[in-house]
Amino acid sequence: MASVSLERVRKTYPGGQQAVRDVNLEVSDGALVALVGPSGSGKSTVLRLIAGLDTPTAGRIRLDGQDVTHVPPQKRDLAMVFQSYALYPHKTVRDNLTFGLQVRRVDPSTITARVQSVAVSLGIDALLDRVPAQLSGGERQRVALGRAIVREPRGFLLDEPLSNLDPRLRAATRAELALLHRRLGATMIYVTHDQEEAMTLGERVAVMRDGALEQIGTPMDVFDRPVNTFVAEFIGSPALNLLPAGIPGIDGGGHATTVGIRPHDLELTSVGEGDLIGRVEVAEPLGSTAVLHVRADAVPGQLIRIVVPSDAALAVDAPIGLRLRRDRLHRFDASGRRIA
Amino acid sequence: MTNRDGPDMSRTPRRIAVLGLSLFVAAALWPLYWIVVSSLTPEARLFEAPGLWPGTVVLDHYRALFAEREFWVPIRNSLIVAAATTLLALVLGAPCAYALARLRLPGKTAILAFVLAVSMFPQVAVISPLFLLLRTLGLINTYTGLVLPYLTFAMPLTIWFLVGFFRQLPAELEDAAAMDGASRAHAFRAIVLPLAWPGLAAAGVLTFLYSWNEFLFALSFTLGPERYTVPVSIALFRGQYQVSWGQVLAAAVVATAPVAALVLVAQRRIVQGLTAGGVKG
Repeated sequence: MASVSLERVRKTYPGGQQAVRDVNLEVSDGALVALVGPSGSGKSTVLRLIAGLDTPTAGRIRLDGQDVTHVPPQKRDLAMVFQSYALYPHKTVRDNLTFGLQVRRVDPSTITARVQSVAVSLGIDALLDRVPAQLSGGERQRVALGRAIVREPRGFLLDEPLSNLDPRLRAATRAELALLHRRLGATMIYVTHDQEEAMTLGERVAVMRDGALEQIGTPMDVFDRPVNTFVAEFIGSPALNLLPAGIPGIDGGGHATTVGIRPHDLELTSVGEGDLIGRVEVAEPLGSTAVLHVRADAVPGQLIRIVVPSDAALAVDAPIGLRLRRDRLHRFDASGRRIA
Repeated sequence: MTNRDGPDMSRTPRRIAVLGLSLFVAAALWPLYWIVVSSLTPEARLFEAPGLWPGTVVLDHYRALFAEREFWVPIRNSLIVAAATTLLALVLGAPCAYALARLRLPGKTAILAFVLAVSMFPQVAVISPLFLLLRTLGLINTYTGLVLPYLTFAMPLTIWFLVGFFRQLPAELEDAAAMDGASRAHAFRAIVLPLAWPGLAAAGVLTFLYSWNEFLFALSFTLGPERYTVPVSIALFRGQYQVSWGQVLAAAVVATAPVAALVLVAQRRIVQGLTAGGVKG
């Protein structure tokens, strides 16, 4: 297994479009880092740069300290799981798994043994003689994973590996991936646009926007102390509320122009007791909790999201009061950066 | 009543389609049928009032074709030339097309345009220079002397066809092969070529058809019956005083048979190749 390090890596396409802007990223040996961001944020490009499928315009990429910036993917010994799985459609599952080993001239008895053990561990040993077209989405996903694992590579690069699965299977596979990471102790870089997936899976989460790395930290770090309004809104569900700092009753503190408050950190009060007065406009029951969209008199231009236990859920148009938990306020300056 | 209306409504347009298609197929196959019937009719009765069915079936023309005219020689020549052209066009064209489809090459568009421009030359315009060239190289009246000029027309066709085909294959498969440690060449052999079979088959059949039917070059660059290809041979059937139409027709049937067989065998592949846009992993 290997550590991966990116040093001021930049990728500019011939058209002048900057896909990746001066990204610095350290992934220590055996770590699982989730690269998360909206589509077009450059996260997949970063993955392809680490893989060697693309070459950076500037900057250095190191594997275990060794400069591999211009080393072709064949010699980096990393494995990648593609969003489309990219299984070889004309080869059986067995041949899909063995291809990478045969290319590397691993001896046949080792190949047989490894394929068998990986197939059993992923529960695909009954499918070895089928071709990808005969497999379900979940089975294909396992084969793609198996193809990566069987190689025993220095690290795994996963590009939205769960996005083509239905929600139930996705949740189950997510847990399996976490187990797999623990069992293999492998370095993994995991790209996803789903912040929840990134939060639950990543030991560290790297948030990207417009080709730049906005913040990297443990999931709770990023959640509790977002460095700017983008990260604050992107991480967490339902999304954080951003309110103008000037509204009465909310102390902006110094030169803050915006304050953020997570839907869980707002409390329901009776009218007149809280910081804000408003009316429920939309109520979304989620089972044990409900999300209320509230229009507050002080900020009529937007809806404030608040999560309440479902037994407290109120009817639409009900007048309510809201209290903001002072210790959970996030303060941002005019450029959107966090203050203290 | 209402129960019946639905199915009837949808059946009527279908019937019209079937009828239209049948007429179309009949029109297309009619000349072929007429040739077959005539080739089985005795020479003396060829110019009588024609009947839809052959009155007397005789194999005289075919017998004469092979016994007297040694028609198997031009067939052999055509097979050798067409097969060699097809094989070379695919073996040389596929890597070219792959490089043009996938690799980062400077001036890729210019190269493709140039390749296309080559095939735009009217054949007649290049016959004299080609003849002089082939004569200098001592290739007049040889198989090579036909295969090489054919390639100048077959290669652009193959390359353009295959570039389009390779571009439609998902690039992630080759990325996956690269991650698996396979070089470009290895990925081309092990992943791209097996998936490109329909395209290769379609390109191959088109090239074969072209080479099999080619007349002008074959007429110009061969000197005697021992190197004539089928079209040349048939064109030169006419004797000094009479044309043996029966034999010409029999020869036409014999010349069509291998091509028809090839197309039928490769039919499914060709259809796949020509509709490759719908292929999904």
